[in-house]
Amino acid sequence: MNAPLALDTQGSMPLRDSRFTVPGMRCAGCISKIERGLAKLEGVDAARVNFSAKRVAVRHHDRLGEDDLIEAIAAIGFEAQPVADNPMARDDRESAALMRALAVAGFGMMNIMLLSVSVWSGAEGVTRDLFHWLSAMIALPVVAYAGRPFFASAAMALRHRRTNMDVPISIGVLLATGLSLYETIAGTGHAYFDSAVMLLFFLLAGRALDATMRNRTRAGIGALLSRMGRSAMVLDESGAHRTVAAEDLERGMLMIVAAGEALAADGVIEEGETTLDNAMLTGESAPQAARVGDTVYAGAINLGNAVRVRVTEAASDTALAGIARLMDEAGQSRSHYVRIADRASRLYAPAVHSLALLAFAGWMIAGAGWYQSLVIAIAVLIITCPCAMGLAVPAAQVVASGALARNGLLVKDGSALERLAEIDTALFDKTGTLTVGEPVPALGHLTDRQAAIALALARTSRHPLSKSITRALEGRGVQPVDLSGVQETGGNGVSAVFGGIAVALTRPDTDGFRIATGLRIGDEVTNIAFDDPVRHDAQATLDELAAAGIESAVVSGDRAGPVSAVAGDLGLEWKAELHPDAKLAHIEKLKSARHRPLMVGDGINDGPALAAAHASIAPGSASDVSQQAADAVFLGRSLRPVVLAVRVARRTMRIVRQNFTFAIVYNVFAVPLALAGLVTPLIAAVAMSLSSLVVVGNSLRLARAAQ
Amino acid sequence: MSGLAFLIPIALGLGMLGLAAFFWAMKRGQFEDLDGAAQRILIDDEEDER
Repeated sequence: MNAPLALDTQGSMPLRDSRFTVPGMRCAGCISKIERGLAKLEGVDAARVNFSAKRVAVRHHDRLGEDDLIEAIAAIGFEAQPVADNPMARDDRESAALMRALAVAGFGMMNIMLLSVSVWSGAEGVTRDLFHWLSAMIALPVVAYAGRPFFASAAMALRHRRTNMDVPISIGVLLATGLSLYETIAGTGHAYFDSAVMLLFFLLAGRALDATMRNRTRAGIGALLSRMGRSAMVLDESGAHRTVAAEDLERGMLMIVAAGEALAADGVIEEGETTLDNAMLTGESAPQAARVGDTVYAGAINLGNAVRVRVTEAASDTALAGIARLMDEAGQSRSHYVRIADRASRLYAPAVHSLALLAFAGWMIAGAGWYQSLVIAIAVLIITCPCAMGLAVPAAQVVASGALARNGLLVKDGSALERLAEIDTALFDKTGTLTVGEPVPALGHLTDRQAAIALALARTSRHPLSKSITRALEGRGVQPVDLSGVQETGGNGVSAVFGGIAVALTRPDTDGFRIATGLRIGDEVTNIAFDDPVRHDAQATLDELAAAGIESAVVSGDRAGPVSAVAGDLGLEWKAELHPDAKLAHIEKLKSARHRPLMVGDGINDGPALAAAHASIAPGSASDVSQQAADAVFLGRSLRPVVLAVRVARRTMRIVRQNFTFAIVYNVFAVPLALAGLVTPLIAAVAMSLSSLVVVGNSLRLARAAQ
Repeated sequence: MSGLAFLIPIALGLGMLGLAAFFWAMKRGQFEDLDGAAQRILIDDEEDER
């Protein structure tokens, strides 16, 4: 039953593949429920869950639409969103190519080592030559295949007249292979195929680790990203419906937006009345009413009735796309950040090249002959570019990001960890960041009967306020009563009949300042007020940040009153009523004062600030755009991952520096030996393995860093 | 020394076999869902189906 579920229906209908993300999958039961539930569906050929990516791939007949499948998954009990055509394919291909190269290099390394050990232990004459020929036959295809990632990157750097770590690696490997081949043909008794292939193997191991870390995090974040409307039902003049992809929508088209759908373009409502969830744009959880003539924005979710919307701006002209562009520009400065490995190689690569060149020139002058001089120069190149250097950074970062992921923080890439380690100021958004971001009802004043009726009403609705009432009451173990005639009207709440009395969850009887809803039983109305409470460990987290020497402040787009209340409770500086560009300007001001700000925010209005800050973190409940812009995403209701991220990042960089120090000390001993021409292949091989093991071992200490 | 004529091809052949097996496994997507594989072992077979 662990094989893909395939119902062998040899129908003549054309089959299609669709993919959905299902973020709610958490256990083995979910896998089997989804796979079996979908397979039972008429027209579904096969369903396969990818648990790591929280995705399900469905092979189904053409007549079954994506919407039908989403509905089916919802009936099984999971929320699903369609995924555009495999956006991760490129990354997957890249890391698969690295894994293949690693396997080939590993195969070559083992076999060549086997032969080399025999040569070192004294194989002579014909046997030795045979072994060298065998090594050459293994090494040439292996180097050609496994070296490609390095050669390609080095060629790219050279074409742009730059140099990177891959240039000395490529030169070293190619020269060593070329010279060994020459020696094998000449039968002179030395060959360095083992060094070349081993170097490739260890460097590839570092690259593969790096790629694994990136992919794992992207899969996690990809499962969270889902909400932007990807297509719309369009009504043309003849009255026919058709589905149009979001990027093909044009100004003037008439969209029909069904309840529960996300808007795919900006527009004006022409017919109907509904409530919209604008959380994607504003981060504000309270739904907003929208009537004929109101402007609505792409990304908003229709909670109420179906409406007809005339498109005013589509595709790249939407308000959402505009903010995304602002963020793109703000993010440019960050792309100038130079990663520590590249900073090291900027100093290192020229030094290595000149050392090797000097060695060659020196031995030529000393009269050693061009051949011996070249051997020594290659030894210098290989030994100064040890695996330790290649592994120093990725090994530490992979272990650290794994430790953080177990604590609910997904770091997007290694450069994010490096930047997180450097921050000295932290800016927090209020709603959804310092606070939980979802309204929590105050229910203490309800009687048992009222609570039971409220739960029965609330659980029939998908309105955010209803959902939170349901969660709160179910958490208390309240049993709902049985209702009849349940009706939900957009903007007006849920109504029903209970024991002959009309009951409803509707607007409150006061038009207050806070979010509230009214529970009506007969004629009597009880108000239920909602609060957005501060995350339970916000104070502890901020104290820990302060202890780490990081100043915190609140920057919010909200009104001054609520902001000062929250900031005052937490003892923070605050700025309120800031527009996205004002937040951005605040960050820029800090940066020009030589601060390294960390931005923690969730709304799309934080997007530009998230992109511009030295490092940024967004909660998992944040808008998609903010999650895209942030360096890291934390899950759950705790704020602690923020301080954990900073602490682990700092420890990681300490370990990285230790690794580099070790690599340098290793060089200080190894380079003179190489320059003196004393390094045999055996010494090089042992030194390389040992230094790699030390670096990996040192990095593994980070596994416990996040506790 | 004549043993080498057998042993080296055997060693290479075994290595190639391992490499081929790994490539095959990658191509078949055996490494795409490592967490899922760990969870799937807990799924009970259902008697009523097939």
